[in-house]
Amino acid sequence: MDLAYKILIDPFMQMGSAPDLLVQTLWEGLVAGVLYSLIALGFVLIFKASGVFNFAQGIMVVFAALTLVGFHQLGVPAFLALGLTITVMLGLAFTVERVMLRPLVNQPDIILFMATFGLTYFLIGFGEFVFGGNPKKMITADLYLPSGAYDIKMFGGFVSLQKIDIAAAVIVSIMVVVLAIFFQKTRIGRALRAVADSHKAALSVGISLNQIWVVVWFAAGIVALVTGIMWGARSEVSFSLQIIALKALPVLILGGFTSIPGAIVGGLIIGIGEKLGEFYWGPLLGSGIESWLAYVIALIFLLFRPQGLFGDKIIERI
Amino acid sequence: MTAPEVKPRDVLLSVENVSLSFGGVKAISGVSFDIRKGEIRAIIGPNGAGKTSMLNVINGFYQPQKGTITFKGEPRTKMRPHDAATGGIARTFQNVALFRGMSALDNIMAGRSLKMNKNLFWQLLRYGPAMKEEVAHRRHVEDIIDFLKIQEIRRTPVARLPYGLQKRVELGRALAMEPELLLLDEPMAGMNLEEKEDMSRFILDVNDHYGTTIALIEHDMGVVMDLSDRVVVLDHGLKIADGTPAEVMKNQNVIDAYLGVAH
Repeated sequence: MDLAYKILIDPFMQMGSAPDLLVQTLWEGLVAGVLYSLIALGFVLIFKASGVFNFAQGIMVVFAALTLVGFHQLGVPAFLALGLTITVMLGLAFTVERVMLRPLVNQPDIILFMATFGLTYFLIGFGEFVFGGNPKKMITADLYLPSGAYDIKMFGGFVSLQKIDIAAAVIVSIMVVVLAIFFQKTRIGRALRAVADSHKAALSVGISLNQIWVVVWFAAGIVALVTGIMWGARSEVSFSLQIIALKALPVLILGGFTSIPGAIVGGLIIGIGEKLGEFYWGPLLGSGIESWLAYVIALIFLLFRPQGLFGDKIIERI
Repeated sequence: MTAPEVKPRDVLLSVENVSLSFGGVKAISGVSFDIRKGEIRAIIGPNGAGKTSMLNVINGFYQPQKGTITFKGEPRTKMRPHDAATGGIARTFQNVALFRGMSALDNIMAGRSLKMNKNLFWQLLRYGPAMKEEVAHRRHVEDIIDFLKIQEIRRTPVARLPYGLQKRVELGRALAMEPELLLLDEPMAGMNLEEKEDMSRFILDVNDHYGTTIALIEHDMGVVMDLSDRVVVLDHGLKIADGTPAEVMKNQNVIDAYLGVAH
């Protein structure tokens, strides 16, 4: 009885009694969610266009961020460094297409998946060789990303909104809208989806697989760079950052591997659910709830919608 | 039917002495034939005769080890599927290869890929030139949809359609490329009589209205005899006969290949 009270009633009483705290928690959940969405987005892009789960997305985030910081440390002005990093990501896309994907056309997806493992370890080794293993600080100020916070009076208390978080939310929103339009409404978007469905049919209508792969890996590279900047601004840029890729898994399961809106909504649900769970129910279960709660949320959704919230409907004629 | 001997038409594509093998297996050995502009050319033969391999060679999926292929008067050396598509060769597949997750409309629009060339920037804005382009191509695609009488399934994801309609959408996608040469790999496999008649009519109409040259593989002899101007017969990778349907039907080699030889 006591336990039931603690689980089912007490947390809501707390929410009601301190609404400013609730808003703060929701906001933080929202921000975390936006960042999760961003990681998931990188996966969705490549999955949509090639049916491959790109294990290397996490390390691509680190690699992009390290390249940016690395150029800056060499004395390159921040925005020029940003331009150079984008060029490097384009170079990476070309290399991946030429060296990894082209020899593997028409192979089963699992082969391509394994190839992305290879890419991961290559990038780890190469990155450590070039940049060294020390953590670095993201050049937030040089990129004119805001710092500090707005304190808003609310419900007799304060809600504090970090400016960098607001910037992140705005940037992500713009990216998502652009990508969604790109995929659904343009010729290249249609070609991307076509390639994901059938290589040989795409080839027969004259879609160039090589070009499509470069485009999509480059897009994923840009997403990785933005992710790297935003996550790097909150902690620091180091190789341990690549484990955030694991955070994207429950988001993807929830949202569906093929849906850009799904990645966003999934990210938000996971982010908010995680923060609320941690703050209100965490003390009951001991701390550390954050590391597994996301998977539990994803599992519960999976019971009802196996294809994810927004995933392509699984259609099979029998 | 005009007799090709009386009024020889230009040769659109010619295959000379082409051989293709996979490791030790010879799929095609030294086959030569030609396809004339505007005709319907059938490629027939028992299972494993090398018919589909032949189509794959023509549209660049396979590179033959020996022989030359001349398309529109130009001999080609190494050709990728992309080049074939650019050059005006479209095809359908034996086991329908559609973009399963996309609607019938999007599938056919994908066939317009090569015709659309406004850059990424405009495409992203969905404005100006790219929008005009999208609309113009959409109109063309709607014509094809009307032509194939698939208006009511426009928005349906193709994976949900019955097989016969999937084949029709696939034909639509190939037509959207406005090909000069259309390769059809068993366009009527797995269809019932009514669907076969529909498909036959579409093939004849395509040939008539658009003047498209068609090469098709088909097992249904009745269909082959009705549709095609000339027939080439393959068996075990060798060409055993070539001529009008009536000539081919009388050929002893063909009869042997289909019925077996008495030993």
